[in-house]
Amino acid sequence: MHPFTYSRATDVADAVRDKAGHVASAYIGGGTNLIDLMKMNVEQPAHLVNVAKLPLSKIEDLPDGGLRLGATATNSDTAWNEDVKKRYPLLNQAILAGASPQLRNAATNGGNLMQRTRCYYFYDVATPCNKREPGSGCSAIGGYNRVCGILGTSEACIATHPSDMCVALAALAPTVRVSGPNGERTIAFEDFHRLPGDQPEFDNTLAEGELITSLDLPEKGFAKNFAYLKLRDRHSYAFALVSVAVGLEMDGDTIKEARLALGGVAHKPWRDQSAEDLLKGQPATAETFGRVAAHVVANAVGQGSNDFKIELARRAIVRALKQAAEGQQQAGDMYLGGQ
Amino acid sequence: MSQPLTSTPYTGGVPAPVPTGPVRLHINGETRTLQLAPWTSLLDALREYAHLTGTKKGCDHGQCGACTVLVNGLRINSCLTLAVMHEDDDITTIEGLGTPENLSPLQQAFVDHDAFQCGYCTPGQICSAQGLLNEGRAHSEAEIKELMSGNLCRCGAYVGILDAVKEVVDKESSDVGA
Repeated sequence: MHPFTYSRATDVADAVRDKAGHVASAYIGGGTNLIDLMKMNVEQPAHLVNVAKLPLSKIEDLPDGGLRLGATATNSDTAWNEDVKKRYPLLNQAILAGASPQLRNAATNGGNLMQRTRCYYFYDVATPCNKREPGSGCSAIGGYNRVCGILGTSEACIATHPSDMCVALAALAPTVRVSGPNGERTIAFEDFHRLPGDQPEFDNTLAEGELITSLDLPEKGFAKNFAYLKLRDRHSYAFALVSVAVGLEMDGDTIKEARLALGGVAHKPWRDQSAEDLLKGQPATAETFGRVAAHVVANAVGQGSNDFKIELARRAIVRALKQAAEGQQQAGDMYLGGQ
Repeated sequence: MSQPLTSTPYTGGVPAPVPTGPVRLHINGETRTLQLAPWTSLLDALREYAHLTGTKKGCDHGQCGACTVLVNGLRINSCLTLAVMHEDDDITTIEGLGTPENLSPLQQAFVDHDAFQCGYCTPGQICSAQGLLNEGRAHSEAEIKELMSGNLCRCGAYVGILDAVKEVVDKESSDVGA
């Protein structure tokens, strides 16, 4: 690991000031991804600002009926929070589908949004990677790309965003609050992560020095009809090959409102609003689900070793929509916290 | 013997001194002030500086769980956190859970159920299982399996590990009358 200096911020303003005062600096929260990347020399910050102990760990009601998730609340505290379990069970399920208890105990909500791709070539500093070293080329295109994306890829990068939590968030559409050298602002979750285009080195739309302070969930949590379906190589402690988050509002057997987002398929959590529009007003039938799933993957492009993801995603969408419409949860969710 | 005169100071290839600072950690109930560089992981601080080698370095990348310790009662991977981030935190390692004469209930259960072969993952398994007990969310075998999935055992002693953890989980829940 390259040497660096370290400081612990006392409040948000102090953190922003400290980071701006050091070149090649980075914020560190739980550190579960950043420290790993530093060990691999993928990230080489010269200064770390510890934000893990900033007073941003509360999970609290918002006046508009929503729920504020503090940026430094851990993934564990968020998943097991009583309000999250009751009002946003989709989020509870997605968080618990990811990582391990140890990692969730350390990882923060802000850090979950900031985690970087697990594309093999991004981690392997001996190989070209446009995300790690802009202009060097993409080794995954034409290489071993089983974990790579099928939607929204570019000629520069086919990496995927690795988070489970963010797939549920894409469906729930919170607002991301940030503080930076130019003050505070909010970013719609949809606009937080970006597609690679010709600048894959940028995972998101944060400006230099900005720090996430909270995720503000809207009131609507789709607590009755939801599903988080994660498909992976082993049943636990593995990244998604494909995951699907669904939230439905039903009127009898008719879909009144729908949210649909996919993980493991794109550079960002892949919410498809045109598919949501197609579901609206339709009967919750296998025919509807099949049509919508086909629509979602219509423009998907395989890269060779990940071709299977197109059919896997199509089938996973059908299954998740069915589970959500029927009010079932996926097998393996016995740890929802009801006992 | 004289050194040839050059424009740059002669260092003999010795790297510049590592900038270290005091870091105060509460380890197994004892306050220790260690002189550490900021990039020292909690795992390395425990093993190399506090000389508590019970905590094991497996993958050093958060993939195996061998380095699991308890920080303020919560289990984390000590390889993926910096020691300097834990100033004044309470850290419990395998050495703090029991003694050879007085094993903790989990340590005794691991012996009773032959829950290891080579033993390298065992300290992490036991610290993780202690964290699982502290959390109080695992009751069934399926729940224990899911919530112990962050600890790998390459000898494949999972059957014994599950039996050992289940025994203590069952005993604790009957003790509290749940």
